Amino acid sequence: MIYSDEGQLKTTYAADMVIFPLAQDRTLFAILMLLAFVGIPALALAGIPPFHADYIFKAILTPFLILSLAALGLNILVGYCGQISLGAGAFMAVGAYAAFNFASRIPELPVLIAILLGGGVAAAVGVCFGVPSLRIKGLYLAVATLAAQFFFDWLFLRVRWFTQDSPSGSVSAPKLNVFGWHADSAVERYLLVLSIIVVLAALAKNLVRSDIGRQWMAVRDMDLAAEIIGIRPVRAKLTAFAVSSFIIGVAGALWAFVNLGSWEPSTFSIDRSLQILFMVIVGGLGSILGCFLGAAFVLLLPIMLDIVPGALGMPLSTDTVSNMTMFLFGALIVFFLVVEPHGLARLWVILKEKLKIWPFPY
Amino acid sequence: MNAPIPRRDIASSTSAPLLSVDNISLAFGGVKAITDVSFDIRKGEIRAIIGPNGAGKTSMLNCINGFYHPQAGSITYKGNKRERMRPHVAAAQGIARTFQNVALFKGMSTLDNILTGRSLKVRRGLLWQAIWFGPALAEQIENRIAVERIIDFLEIESIRKIPVGKLSYGLQKRVELGRALAMEPDLLLLDEPMAGMNTEEKEDMCRFILDANRRLGTTIALIEHDMGVVMDLSDRVVVLEYGRKIADGTPAEVKRNEKVIAAYLGVPH
Ligand SMILES: Nc1ncnc2c1ncn2[C@@H]1O[C@H](COP(=O)(O)OP(=O)(O)O)[C@@H](O)[C@H]1O
Ligand SMILES: [Mg+2]
Repeated sequence: MIYSDEGQLKTTYAADMVIFPLAQDRTLFAILMLLAFVGIPALALAGIPPFHADYIFKAILTPFLILSLAALGLNILVGYCGQISLGAGAFMAVGAYAAFNFASRIPELPVLIAILLGGGVAAAVGVCFGVPSLRIKGLYLAVATLAAQFFFDWLFLRVRWFTQDSPSGSVSAPKLNVFGWHADSAVERYLLVLSIIVVLAALAKNLVRSDIGRQWMAVRDMDLAAEIIGIRPVRAKLTAFAVSSFIIGVAGALWAFVNLGSWEPSTFSIDRSLQILFMVIVGGLGSILGCFLGAAFVLLLPIMLDIVPGALGMPLSTDTVSNMTMFLFGALIVFFLVVEPHGLARLWVILKEKLKIWPFPY
Repeated sequence: MNAPIPRRDIASSTSAPLLSVDNISLAFGGVKAITDVSFDIRKGEIRAIIGPNGAGKTSMLNCINGFYHPQAGSITYKGNKRERMRPHVAAAQGIARTFQNVALFKGMSTLDNILTGRSLKVRRGLLWQAIWFGPALAEQIENRIAVERIIDFLEIESIRKIPVGKLSYGLQKRVELGRALAMEPDLLLLDEPMAGMNTEEKEDMCRFILDANRRLGTTIALIEHDMGVVMDLSDRVVVLEYGRKIADGTPAEVKRNEKVIAAYLGVPH
């Protein structure tokens, strides 16, 4: 029995409340962090494939991290607080364009601060669009968030002030100067994004295991019962909208500043919103780990479909790949919604439970 | 278990009521759920509310904790006559309750469910909670200790980390009581806490209710159908029928009341 809680008795409540109560999980997490922060950059420096090329950082790792963050933000609202939203892309756009305006109108402002301020503006906008959730639920709320999506698509395309008169709303981000550190190379950008995401994910994890997280889940599971124990559904929902939109806004700003460099409103269209919602559903509603699993899955599936059949000697055309991707996503979403709403994260937990008792059947 | 605290005779006490309901009427469209009902609940007592199905018992609790707002009459709690009040305000003033149909948070564990009952005690804001360490952690541990005491009291240590959706109905009712007790309420409203339980579970539940009342000093309003339980537990009983009060007094008095006998035997009168 390698993976087991045997001999790991918890003697204090503080020890019982840590994120990874099992020593094996802690080790695994430490190895993962070490790999991400040191191992991968070292491989890149040493020029070992596939890390020798920028491709893996620019096209896979950095987008994966940023979209994981967006999924994390959306999961707080949808998975933890139970408020359905189809507007993640809109809040990414708000974060991106707000950060752009802060950075270009106040050139002295450090870029990192501009990005965080972008998140702050997205949080404020999120609260405004969260107000209808106090009255309407489910499908109707989804439609209201969809309205937010179309409103911001229009706003950034048509109102020139936000894009500083650039035609078609296409703008460019300032240089990534983080307190004197110029994050220019692909590896540096990856490290910048990784650091921000690790910090924000830790803060989010703390929130969901604190009182505010329990308030969100209480409102999700039964808002009437939540109210009789003194939880104010109004407050719980609006904080969920604020925190969720802040994280999504930061993700949007990172997507624009770090991943793209220059972008236009269509980057954050309804397609983006749906993609992030897919990640949350496939990864697992109400799970932080699930956001990362979901993002990895949604991003990697098309790449795999592109590479694997080719490697097996039967390459597929681009059309076939994109059709197959659509088809597989559709099927998976139906599967996860119907069979396992807790997604890949839940499958991971089940696997761990099985491992705990392995090699015995029960 | 500690020895029970000697009990002053609440039924004959003249102490000021913790809560008094005066001439309350409540209707849904044409359906009169409650018609001109008055009664009071004294500090420290177990007050039973009984009556046939549809008599308006649940509606009465809903009025007391602000779910429903009666069209006529008034409710005075802790000496204050109150206006239309939201349930979370009632909770903040020390009114807790359980529901006839279990109303737990299905996606959360027993521990988390009971911890939500501590929500009103949490002082640290969002930023501290995001940071986790320091004062927020100290507060979390404080609340955890309070909740563990309740888990211990209700003898549910073994189901601490299990999602409540997987528990038996009897255990769910117990967890719901735990969540209400975690609020450290002054007034606890219990809506049929023993419905659907077997004898053993009922005996446990009776013990918990008595202990909560005697050891923690919680005033309790109890809706219950099992007459044996009502007679054993309660200090005073109010009887409703078709939304009207038909009797009010000690269990012994109520049991002798002709209207009550008729209501329960279904004799026309
Ligand atoms: N929300 C509601 N809407 C309409 N009618 C209701 C509602 N709540 C209760 N009633 C009606 O009020 C009456 C009393 O119900 P209730 O208080 O649940 O009775 P009890 O708990 O004594 O069985 C019933 O006739 C019931 O149908
Ligand atoms: Mg009832």
